[in-house]
Amino acid sequence: MKARTVTRLTRFNMTSLVLGLAFLYLPIVILVIYSFNASRLVTVWGGWSLRWYLEFFSDRAMLEAAWMSLSVAAVSATLATLLGTLAAVGLARGERFRGRALFSGMLYSPLVMPEVISGLSLLLLFVALNAERGFWTVTIAHTTLTMCFVTVVVQSRLATLDRSLEEAAMDLGCDPVRAFLLVTLPLIVPAIVAGWMLAFTLSLDDVVIASFTTGPGSATLPIRIYSEVRLGVKPEINAICTLVIALIAVIIVIASFASKLSSARGESAAPL
Amino acid sequence: MPLLRIEGVAKSFGNFRAVDKLSLDIRAGEFFALLGPSGCGKTTLLRMLAGFETPDEGRILLGGSDIAQVLPHERPVNMMFQNYALFPHLSVRDNIAFGLRRAGMARGEIATRVAEMVALVKLEGLEKRRPDQLSGGQRQRVALARSLARRPQVLLLDEPLAALDKKLRESTQGELMELQRRLGMTFIIVTHDQEEAMTMAGRIGVMDAGRLVQVATPRNLYEAPASRWIAEFVGDINLFNGQVAARDHGRLTVSTSDAGTLAVSELWPPVTKEVVSVAIRPEKVKLSRRAPASDAGGSQTINRLEGVVTDVNYLGGVTSYRVKLETGAVVRSSMANTARLDVDAYLAGQRVVAWFTADDCLVLEQ
Repeated sequence: MKARTVTRLTRFNMTSLVLGLAFLYLPIVILVIYSFNASRLVTVWGGWSLRWYLEFFSDRAMLEAAWMSLSVAAVSATLATLLGTLAAVGLARGERFRGRALFSGMLYSPLVMPEVISGLSLLLLFVALNAERGFWTVTIAHTTLTMCFVTVVVQSRLATLDRSLEEAAMDLGCDPVRAFLLVTLPLIVPAIVAGWMLAFTLSLDDVVIASFTTGPGSATLPIRIYSEVRLGVKPEINAICTLVIALIAVIIVIASFASKLSSARGESAAPL
Repeated sequence: MPLLRIEGVAKSFGNFRAVDKLSLDIRAGEFFALLGPSGCGKTTLLRMLAGFETPDEGRILLGGSDIAQVLPHERPVNMMFQNYALFPHLSVRDNIAFGLRRAGMARGEIATRVAEMVALVKLEGLEKRRPDQLSGGQRQRVALARSLARRPQVLLLDEPLAALDKKLRESTQGELMELQRRLGMTFIIVTHDQEEAMTMAGRIGVMDAGRLVQVATPRNLYEAPASRWIAEFVGDINLFNGQVAARDHGRLTVSTSDAGTLAVSELWPPVTKEVVSVAIRPEKVKLSRRAPASDAGGSQTINRLEGVVTDVNYLGGVTSYRVKLETGAVVRSSMANTARLDVDAYLAGQRVVAWFTADDCLVLEQ
């Protein structure tokens, strides 16, 4: 009889792993495969083709929506990273002020708040302010949605960072601001990058909040796809989705490299 | 005027009084150790000297001017951190140059000073490495070089050797002392390791519950501790509680319940209380098979205690014994193993006489 080792994949473990991964990825794999389908019918296989990708790249409305989504994601991720990092630094490094626990709890509420509620409340706010709904309203809405994710990532990195590093910098002649810029900031950059990526992908795939806060003529890609699908699934949608999946996969790989980089420096990585 | 004068400094965290109205003078060029159990306030005191904590009251005078409220980066004081706090994203060279760049020193001058520091701590050839590519001992040297590079008036060292293994710690102790002598700098070290404090420091300040309980040279601290607490904290000691039975020209007779009547030479200042403890260090308690002839040197009064050896611990350089007296009390004795063969060793169960002179005893208030 073979000796049993803990690290060995038993047949049971193997089966459960395969089933679990299949449950997660089978729909996506089918979508990707059908994006190369030559047939006009979504459910009928008609051989390999890049036809629907060409269709997408000549579909002006879709391209505009994609461009809108990417620019909303880029701008809102940048804003969210700025604000989220500041909040993380304030919470992790600031003096223990009164109501700190309440404040940090409030900061994290978008993590658990139903998106419909966030979207509706933002819509009411924009209406009350009489703001014209479009690019900026979606961007601001996405910034509020994603900021707390950045804060979580950066704050957990800051928590593992040795406080005495900043003290050492001050001891060696830095005022607190320079100590932060010269020592703390370079060490949390990987977490900030990871936070940005996270915010970017979250913004990219949001439908609910975007549909509340967007205006006529400025639909994001997910909204566009959603409305197309209601009229019937076109194979072009599969091609677009495959491209989005590819983009997100690339971003996630970069983000995990960024957090690997920070763990290679002997500090623990940002969770991602 | 001393280089550093700490005057009635106090610091509380909430209800906890970390440092309690503490005053201390430190001379220029001194190697001073703050020794105490954990939580005694020694690190808080050091952090107040570095500027990371602000005293609630009192003054800290450095070269005559009060620096108690001065920010860390504006003090001519540097600190070597317990965990070294090396910047992980910078090379050894950049770590050492960090403080010099902040001081606005010229490039060429920085390069010269860094090279000088690297040579001083013997890190040649490792300048381009990052901290995670160094061993513990090398990191310790980088931290030392970095804190010395700005040539501070006072160097503060927070448990600088705690993370090193025993052998490395001992050689580093020697190097630190040598460095301090050569640079003529003032070093203040915080440690909980009394051997380390005794080895390196010229003077030791013992702290307990936020107060300095004694400031003395290592020898005086060990041989003439100011209180029973210090006697027990620094090194091993046998204590016998008793009452003064007679006083006669600096010679006390103390009757104890555990060890009978003991003759003790009185220290200055004399003990005024009647209820006292007689203290004797284990290495001053000798064992022999028969009672030694009384008054070998004439003037020495010898105390003799008969008992049975219960434990023998051979430690290489010394052997420590526990001798149980007829009263049930235990006397510890440690004897140097001066001979390779064990002709002088005693065995468990053996009847012995533990003896010590009156001069080797201390009288302490209880």
